[in-house]
Amino acid sequence: MAATVKYDEVETGQEIPAVEYQVRRVDLVRYAGASGDFNPIHWNERYAKAVGLPDVIAHGMYTMAQGGRFVTDWAGDPGAVVEYGVRFSSMVVVPDDDNGATITISGVVEDKREDKRVVVALTARSGDARVLSKARAVVQLS
Amino acid sequence: MPLNRDFVGRTYESSAPYEVSRVKISEFATAIGDSNPIYHDRQAAMAAGHPDVVAPPTFPIVFSLFGTGEALADPDLGLNFAMVVHGEQRFEYERPIHAGDELVCASTVAEIRSVGRNEFLTLRSDVSTTSGELVCRTYNIIVERGGAA
Repeated sequence: MAATVKYDEVETGQEIPAVEYQVRRVDLVRYAGASGDFNPIHWNERYAKAVGLPDVIAHGMYTMAQGGRFVTDWAGDPGAVVEYGVRFSSMVVVPDDDNGATITISGVVEDKREDKRVVVALTARSGDARVLSKARAVVQLS
Repeated sequence: MPLNRDFVGRTYESSAPYEVSRVKISEFATAIGDSNPIYHDRQAAMAAGHPDVVAPPTFPIVFSLFGTGEALADPDLGLNFAMVVHGEQRFEYERPIHAGDELVCASTVAEIRSVGRNEFLTLRSDVSTTSGELVCRTYNIIVERGGAA
């Protein structure tokens, strides 16, 4: 239960390189099944448009999960994340084609705290939109 | 229609414990596209110092939604599900959740407020083991579009 990243080797302002995550309709269907969130705005285009959305949109929690992947892949251990929060600032619109949408996530070490903890600020974009704001993870480093 | 403010402060407890299984953790990790062996392979998780496979950070949404569902489905609250989107989500972890945990959830309507034409409802859930160990806290803000109009 230890991060592979060492606190002493991390500096405030250090950037974590961007990673692209693809999200297609089938990913949303699979996520609906695994999470239990079957809100039709995440898989039914007809329903999504009827309630005023541009198209099917990704679950906010799916986008948040990609941010979680980004942080745990960087830290080296999922157990190292002690706090994780986001605001869903824009929708990830997922068209019905083979490519779907792309979520690009990058990070920066915003603060070094006591007890070998750091705050990682995340930026998540899809197309021109910033899809997460106030996205922060507190990570226990070794 | 504005949400019923009388719901602020009400707490809903899970009717039965949620048993965290290896299969469910693996299924959830696969659904978010994460092949990290600590989610899928008990030996890999133990080699990393965990008692069993651990859950991804956003996994508590799987069972914390059940507890809050009861509150949100109450017709007296006046929530129109068709107009609901997720506003914010935060998790504070005391320790990683792992397979074998039996968890109960107490969800409290912490706040209801209007922002512009929308209604914002904050739910706080305390997730504990059946023996009373706090494992994590979740904060969930849902937005009802047009609800305050």
